[in-house]
Amino acid sequence: MNGRYLFAAIAVVGLLGTVLFCGCEGVGDVGAEIGRATGVLTDDEAESVRRGAQAVEKTFQDLTPEQEYYIGRAVVAEVLQSYPPLDRPEANDYLNLLGQSLAVFSDRPETFGGYHFLLLDSDEVNAFAAPGGLILVTRGMIQCCQSEDELAAVLAHEICHVSLKHGLSAIKQSRLTSAFTIIGAETAKQMGGEELAALTEEFEGSVGDVVMTLTTSGYSRKQETRADAGAVEVLRRAGYPETSIMTMLARMDERLSHSGGLGFAKTHPSAAGRAQTLSSKVVDTGAGVNAVRQQRFTAAMQSIIAGT
Amino acid sequence: MKIKVLAVLLVMTAGVALAGPMSVQVRNGKVRATPSQLGKIVATVDYGAQVQAGDVQNGWYPVTLPDGQTGWLHESALTKKRIAMSAGTSDAATGVSSDEVALAGKGFNEQVEAKMKADGKLDYTWVDRMAAFKVTEDQIASFRAQGKLPGGAQ
Repeated sequence: MNGRYLFAAIAVVGLLGTVLFCGCEGVGDVGAEIGRATGVLTDDEAESVRRGAQAVEKTFQDLTPEQEYYIGRAVVAEVLQSYPPLDRPEANDYLNLLGQSLAVFSDRPETFGGYHFLLLDSDEVNAFAAPGGLILVTRGMIQCCQSEDELAAVLAHEICHVSLKHGLSAIKQSRLTSAFTIIGAETAKQMGGEELAALTEEFEGSVGDVVMTLTTSGYSRKQETRADAGAVEVLRRAGYPETSIMTMLARMDERLSHSGGLGFAKTHPSAAGRAQTLSSKVVDTGAGVNAVRQQRFTAAMQSIIAGT
Repeated sequence: MKIKVLAVLLVMTAGVALAGPMSVQVRNGKVRATPSQLGKIVATVDYGAQVQAGDVQNGWYPVTLPDGQTGWLHESALTKKRIAMSAGTSDAATGVSSDEVALAGKGFNEQVEAKMKADGKLDYTWVDRMAAFKVTEDQIASFRAQGKLPGGAQ
């Protein structure tokens, strides 16, 4: 190994260490400049060191809303391989009307492609929030709800996973570093075959990380607690009774205790535990059941609830 | 030095709206008449469009569009990075560091999705159907009114 490459290697390793252990910013520029100024690195090599260090510094928070959108689309396509969609236009229309009327009240009302909702033909009690705002809800979850207000609580919780970027946070940092390195090096209008293949591989891996978290391993307890607290806020802003999340959790606790730990129970902390954590945040305004909301919920969802 | 400090303090305390350029980072940014989720939509702005934004207030930026139209955009629709619409545009040549520029279409993009489709790895049929579910502002307003939903709080 000649001196230049040795310097480049040492610079990159040193920068990686510095960034990882100190969390310093801009060290890539410093290293590259030293290399360039001392003549050890050519301009191109210095640029390469700078890009490499910048890629290491980037996290899932650096993914643009557009990139998040494409990840979310692939996540849904992959989840649909295991959970088929439920093709009931009336029910899906109602779900979207309710969901989008809640999403405008989230801390992140605007995503690249907007919020969209779809029912899944599965008995499992579950719901999935893909990055960017594509939200899937199973028939089993609908059967768990007895009112629009309770379904609103479920959707508000999922909307908060999107606004808090919990799905993206599941992507392994090593994949992001590789992806940002490729993205940083891309200068042509169209990626070449090799770059595209490499980036697609990181994309597939990233999508796999998110799907694994959504369907198998679940978010952390802290993330679930934050999504619950956010859901209370969204419900309050949108005018739904905050207590609907408590009734929903109680109903889920009852139902999931008979599910043998599948679906939602597998990926979420216990509903009873969540309710306990949340109880101090929920304000009971004493609002009763609204007849119109109850009627439209039943009209849209009765065949699904009845399992016909 | 003292003058600089005074100047900074003046700006900080005067509450002057410091207008600056921001870019729309969503496909269709909704410009509203008032800083509210239920404010009337007066215009939409495309991805990458640059607007002049004042000081953010409770998550809403007062904005002026390139055609002079004014309104409010939610902070989730905006970024301080400049969005260059053509992937691969040489940001170095313009003297702007890549940290300040988000290149539209760069990275996990349509090209990557096309490759996933071409390789037969994923079926996007239902993803496209799902993304086509549209709900208008009027539908939301009437859904909320019929359901007697109070508020519309920030």
